[in-house]
Amino acid sequence: MSRHRIVRGMDYNDEYDGYDDVYGHSVDDDCVSPTDQQWLFDRTRGQHSMSAFIKKNKNIEEEAEDGDDNDDEDEEDEVYQKARRDSENFQMPELDDTAQAKLSSCVDEVRSVVGDAVSERCIVETSMRFDYNIQKVLDEILNEETSKKDKNRRPQKLKLNATPAAKTITTPKPTPTKITLSTAKDARRGFDIASPKAPASPNVSGRNTPVDGGDEAGRSTNAIFKVSKDQAQRNTQELYEQERSSHKSHIHMIVIGHVDAGKSTLMGHLLYDTGNVSQRVMHKHEQESKKLGKQSFMYAWVLDETGEERARGITMDVGQSRIETKTKIVTLLDAPGHKDFIPNMISGATQADVALLVVDATRGEFESGFELGGQTREHAILVRSLGVNQLGVVINKLDTVGWSKERFQEIVHKMKSFLKQAGFKESDVCFTPCSGLTGENLTKSAQEPGLKAWYEGPHLLDVIEHFKVPERAVDRPFRMSVTDIYKGTGSGFCISGRIETGALCVNDKVLVGASREQAQVKSLSMDELTQTSVFAGDQISVTLGGVDVNNITVGCIICDPQMPIPVTTRFQCRIIVFNVKVPITMGYPVLLHHQSLIEPAVVCKLTASIHKSTGEVVKKKPRCLGQNSCALVELETSRPICIERYSEFKELGRVMLRVAGVTIAAGMVTKIR
Amino acid sequence: MKLLGKYVDKGMQGNVSLVPEEPEDMWHAYNLIAEGDSVRSTTIRKVQNETATGSSTSSRVRTTLTIAVESIDFDTQACVLRLKGRNIEENQYVKMGAYHTLDLELNRKFELRKPEWDTIALERIDMACDPTQSADVAAVVMQEGLAHVCLITASMTLVRSKIEVSIPRKRKGNVQQHEKGLAKFYEQVMQSILRHVNFEIVKCVLIASPGFVRDQFYDYMFQQAVKMDYKVLLDNKSRFMLVHASSGFKHSLREVLQDPAVVAKMSDTKALGEVKALEVFYMMLQCEPAKAFYGKKHVLRAAEAQSIETLLISDNLFRCQDVNLRKEYVNLVESVRDAGGEVKIFSSMHISGEQLSQLTGIAAILRFPMPELEDSDDDDDEDGAAGGDNSDSD
Repeated sequence: MSRHRIVRGMDYNDEYDGYDDVYGHSVDDDCVSPTDQQWLFDRTRGQHSMSAFIKKNKNIEEEAEDGDDNDDEDEEDEVYQKARRDSENFQMPELDDTAQAKLSSCVDEVRSVVGDAVSERCIVETSMRFDYNIQKVLDEILNEETSKKDKNRRPQKLKLNATPAAKTITTPKPTPTKITLSTAKDARRGFDIASPKAPASPNVSGRNTPVDGGDEAGRSTNAIFKVSKDQAQRNTQELYEQERSSHKSHIHMIVIGHVDAGKSTLMGHLLYDTGNVSQRVMHKHEQESKKLGKQSFMYAWVLDETGEERARGITMDVGQSRIETKTKIVTLLDAPGHKDFIPNMISGATQADVALLVVDATRGEFESGFELGGQTREHAILVRSLGVNQLGVVINKLDTVGWSKERFQEIVHKMKSFLKQAGFKESDVCFTPCSGLTGENLTKSAQEPGLKAWYEGPHLLDVIEHFKVPERAVDRPFRMSVTDIYKGTGSGFCISGRIETGALCVNDKVLVGASREQAQVKSLSMDELTQTSVFAGDQISVTLGGVDVNNITVGCIICDPQMPIPVTTRFQCRIIVFNVKVPITMGYPVLLHHQSLIEPAVVCKLTASIHKSTGEVVKKKPRCLGQNSCALVELETSRPICIERYSEFKELGRVMLRVAGVTIAAGMVTKIR
Repeated sequence: MKLLGKYVDKGMQGNVSLVPEEPEDMWHAYNLIAEGDSVRSTTIRKVQNETATGSSTSSRVRTTLTIAVESIDFDTQACVLRLKGRNIEENQYVKMGAYHTLDLELNRKFELRKPEWDTIALERIDMACDPTQSADVAAVVMQEGLAHVCLITASMTLVRSKIEVSIPRKRKGNVQQHEKGLAKFYEQVMQSILRHVNFEIVKCVLIASPGFVRDQFYDYMFQQAVKMDYKVLLDNKSRFMLVHASSGFKHSLREVLQDPAVVAKMSDTKALGEVKALEVFYMMLQCEPAKAFYGKKHVLRAAEAQSIETLLISDNLFRCQDVNLRKEYVNLVESVRDAGGEVKIFSSMHISGEQLSQLTGIAAILRFPMPELEDSDDDDDEDGAAGGDNSDSD
């Protein structure tokens, strides 16, 4: 019956993969014989027409004659043939004994790293060129390899899998390892072709078992977790430059400030003025808000979408949207200002590169936000401890005080001294007067005579434009923190978050959370657009396969299987204690905020209190930690969490400690047990 | 707990007959019974009989056994106490020295014999038998996506269920998923309240959360109650109380119990008193660090100087296996009392007790500052650490 099955739409790769697991299965049932496979037409493999298929398949028989029907292919063919000839017919150069010994040890060493993928001649020649310096030889060979690969990649985008198989058939005396490797490599090309929507494209090619071969290659590079060879050897930096150098740079900006400072209104108006909100939508908001008697909220409604938020007139969760300036794409994160929603704000702030602090200029309002316990203070300290060092201070609602210069100066003066204390550099902070409701000084310079009289600085959009884009750690191992889990369109579920370091491509394998469960990336999207690869700093959503949705929680870290993130329940960190009502002692229960994760933890040991600026140990094993002190403490969580040392991954080595709705300390992880 | 008889002679040796009546009494029994005591109680034993012909039959018999306790197990969730030990009294079915495991049962008398009764143990009996102290409160601490349904009894806080639901964030043009997830979460919390809260016992249900979650949930619950006709909820609507808490984690119960509205309603429960005492200790540590100490070594020295005003001690220190260590703590308690100080024994099942056990299990507020204690700890660091570790491992 196997001959009569509908094989056209079949997904050979998947079928083949699972065949070991199925009990009582005949090979005939599921697996199309590889020889038949060559002659089958499959749309998903990227062949666009039957004629192309026939044309390419000609190659199988006529391989020996150098037909000129496909140049790319022949070029690649030659490379192969040459490589093979290189290893098989290569004669060792004549050398004296010492040189011979040096050479052979060098070659052995290099072989152990690169495996059989590189021809002997290549190794020997390079070794001699670099005077048997293993380090240099390796560098050279690997560089050559990657550049070769990249060169090969693009023209091969639309290539057939059957061709390499044909080659292996005609190989005169193929060494077994070589075949596995070459087919494995080609199997990967099958993946490249795949559009993100149909990720599992077949890669059955020829008589060999490419799936197993690929796995073998993966295993040799990493004993613990299997990954495909391509994922293992990818040069992310190059990929990044290749894909992103032409784009505008991307920046994440969080908008913070005291409750009712006008953050959402300011952002809503900015979005409207930059043309990101249509007239029609705005009109709708205007009408609806009028109906409720809250017309001043019409701009805030652009970002506050849930009924709850609109009814109460406050932001509760971080709202997200984006604007494009001349040189940048800016993702706006509108943080809630209310004290109870600081956890949401922290999770937003961990994703931000820069911050915009909105201050209410109204008399009394600024003061209440700036006092002890006001959010202006807490937010500013929080974002600073979360690694944001560029800050734009927006003095909002200046229209309510008649665009008074004195008021502006007064606030600037107070803020300056405070921000300096909080650890911001003066050069990284700028002050802008504006009004979110009237839209003064948002996208155009001052029009209002009251303001025009004394203010000549940049408008808000200019300020945003001038933020520096931080360096993206693209070449580090992949890490991403999950901020949201939801059901996406189609099958599977999506997680979203920001990539902290590294890069991710479709079909990569990743590890999820503290349980280190393996999952596969089915598709990637950024701002609702499908992507094949994404990089550090991107705000993305990922569709995952092969993992249960219940095993993923908000706050867990997705990481690279080859360089997994440490998992621990106990770690040491260096903390700075803020204003606390009661001192921190041993056994003090706290809430640990790490990226988006919130986890109860206990301060289980006070190792030493240290001097704030010099870092010297002031006292070993202090009894308690009072206000504004600095100390080394050990924290223990009830469940294992993923965390990194600050010295290795800044982004993932920062923690916040909160108790009863107040941030009591910020810390950096120094040791992981 | 009901006390049926107490015979303690001058040498503090003797026996006590008790009848546990509520699950919580098992907790008291767990604190009373130590290894080496003998317990007499009715139990069921499987007995094998061999007839003259050699065939054997086994039957279950209810009999009364006395065992010398060798190990004690307590299940906090089910409130079941199991005592394992050897039989020490001749019995029709069970040989001397045979092992048996007693499951203490509710409303069945048991007799406890100790070689030496100390004040702590006797107090524990008084406390367990005090009927006025039984006032149960249920508390739901929640935040979006996380809720704990707890029962707070006089000496225990039991987490009855923990609900964790991942709720999708609001995102552009896709608010429904968020609202659907939220509704699912509220439904689960409500079901768990229906399942775990017995309104015959529970006087008050506290619903605590940051933001508006509690109001939303309250509205949702009574909407559903009307729709689905949950009589229990509708009848007890007045018993629900909305309180602020900063998060949905268990230890924010501490904030809940400090809320003035709750204090007014629950005034004199043990849980509340403990939270307050610990708060006072922390405040003292902040304002006058020379008047607040923790750790066995410091507290013992302060006790020598008769300076202790309030002693906070966790009951897990008295449950230790080492008789001498227990005696040491008992002596400390007695000496503080003799000097006119107040002693508060924390239940390690309450959140504040949990925190105290982490803080070496023992702390003291002093009458007068003793800065010399503070300075002295540099020279013999290791002792302090060792003392701390000891109490941790208990």
